Amino acid sequence: MSSLIVGVDRSSSSRRAVAFAARLAAESGATLVVVHVIPWSPYSFTTPAENEHRSASKASEVAAAQQQIIDPAVAVTDEYSVTPTTSVIHGSPAEKLCSLAAGLENAHIVVGRTGDSKLKQVLFGSTPSKLIQIATTPVTVIP
Amino acid sequence: MTLLSLPAVVAASGGIDETINDAIAPVATFISGIIFYSVTFGEPDTASYVEIPVIVVWLIVAATFFTVYLGFQNVRGFKHAIDLVRGKYSDPQDAGEVSHFQALTTAVSGTVGLGNIAGVAVAVSLGGPGATFWMILAGLLGMSTKMAECTLGVKYRRERPDGSVSGGPMYYLRDGMAEIGHKKLGKVLAIFFAICCIGGSLGGGNMFQANQATAQIVNITGGEDGPLAPWRFVIGLVFAIAVGAVIIGGVKSIAKTTEKIVPFMAVLYVAGCLAVIFTNFTAVPDAIGQIFVGAFNPEGVAGGIVGVIIQGFRRAAFSNEAGVGSSAIAHSAVKTKEPATEGFVSLLEPFIDTVVICTMTSLAIVITGTWADTDSAPGVETTSAAFETVAPWFPVLLGVAVVLFAFSTMISWSYYGMKATGYLFNDSAKAEFVFKIVFCVFTVFGASLTLGPVIDFSDSMIFAMSLANITGLYFLARVIKKEIFQYRAKVKSGEFAVVEK
Repeated sequence: MSSLIVGVDRSSSSRRAVAFAARLAAESGATLVVVHVIPWSPYSFTTPAENEHRSASKASEVAAAQQQIIDPAVAVTDEYSVTPTTSVIHGSPAEKLCSLAAGLENAHIVVGRTGDSKLKQVLFGSTPSKLIQIATTPVTVIP
Repeated sequence: MTLLSLPAVVAASGGIDETINDAIAPVATFISGIIFYSVTFGEPDTASYVEIPVIVVWLIVAATFFTVYLGFQNVRGFKHAIDLVRGKYSDPQDAGEVSHFQALTTAVSGTVGLGNIAGVAVAVSLGGPGATFWMILAGLLGMSTKMAECTLGVKYRRERPDGSVSGGPMYYLRDGMAEIGHKKLGKVLAIFFAICCIGGSLGGGNMFQANQATAQIVNITGGEDGPLAPWRFVIGLVFAIAVGAVIIGGVKSIAKTTEKIVPFMAVLYVAGCLAVIFTNFTAVPDAIGQIFVGAFNPEGVAGGIVGVIIQGFRRAAFSNEAGVGSSAIAHSAVKTKEPATEGFVSLLEPFIDTVVICTMTSLAIVITGTWADTDSAPGVETTSAAFETVAPWFPVLLGVAVVLFAFSTMISWSYYGMKATGYLFNDSAKAEFVFKIVFCVFTVFGASLTLGPVIDFSDSMIFAMSLANITGLYFLARVIKKEIFQYRAKVKSGEFAVVEK
């Protein structure tokens, strides 16, 4: 069975990506995974006080993402006859989506086109453009 | 304050500096006299006269013991440590938690401070170029002590209901010693450690840093005749306000910015030293010769070879803090199931601090010969003079490095002191607040004092921490060995394997 992985953030284009993926999943019988990746790097520099509370901070970041990003995204899928699984993970968004896809059979990644701020896109490149470069599975970008 | 009152303040500030100096110096001298009790050999004022501070022997014996007892992990485990930092063994589930890299860099930014710049200059000025050799050796041995204390730090850390993690010698001394049937002794050692940690945090982690940063600021603005010379007290006040903004005011942006800049600063500093070395390239072979000859056959150094060894060992120990127990507090926040992993990672800390950064400083001042200059007090000014050989503005670069190193070390050490205070007073927020205020006041003291009393006080407090810490390490040596060897076996058998990502 094939799987559709939809990467979401707060943007409206990522809502459209969820709707697109949900419709596709309902029509094809593929499983739907709704994922939000919290940008994080193991190589960033931190203070000792931050480290002390890191586990607690991680838990509250995950809870906030679940409530503010995942739940609204899941609400979008209500119109379609599909029950998505969800997940919130820390890491580099493009890399995490790809490694998730690599672990599933016939995976297909769906993301919205805009998400990051313009400045971030200029400095680091956007998640979709990075995805297109590194993905080993098909990627659909929703405008 | 109005501009009209400025001249009065100028006049008064010299007075304040002297008053603070006069008040603190006798206390500092008294405390360091106890900690630095020395065994003396030979007749005073003869070439064979030598003083051996017992505490330095204490640290080096421990470092040598753990190097042998743990089977030279400082050499054999080096590659494994780098693999751990690179995240090769990290569970993807732990993404978002404190990584090995983060625990290491946090600890390093507390350790890499002015000891690396000013302390090394003191060692080479007093012990000659040969002190470098012994400093590097002490750094390599110190890796083993660091490994021992950081393994325990993670093993006996406390996870609180709110998810926060605290570890360090106070916890492993209390809980680890209780486990092996020395509950009372463990408690006493933990309390002794915590008290000395507060002292060390105010001394080496604060006053020494403020002192040397101020010295460099005064130095690059024209020295004793410059406009800032009578204003040390005020420079100290500015430091205190910046530190206070972070630790009392909770201005995270300052701390975050510093923590992010410091690693780059360290690279820039090493690059600066390399620039000094390359500018004086022709002097390199001679300098290396001086280091080796001076290490075994020094000329004109008080105490001869033993005197050189003591200078090198003492400064290495002060710089990388191996055996002191301080950075075990920072390392223990890491996310890992195996305490030994952080033990391996912590090996890299004395290596980066002493074997790389201290050696750079030392080469710069040996090559340029500024160590033999008796015009200025040994300390950051010696290194500054070496930097000046590249370009007149080069000491400014050093000045920026010094201020940032000092600041980040102060932030890290204020955290260590605060955790020790928290340990003594049951994590009372009030006690921790009082500590933070006292910390800022001592920043001003540090900037105002002359180097002698400050360096003595900071040394003595930091070294006193090692009395309790190393005693505990000896008692818990079997626990450490078991932890590390069982872990190595798991790595060998593939039970703890590289994670495919």
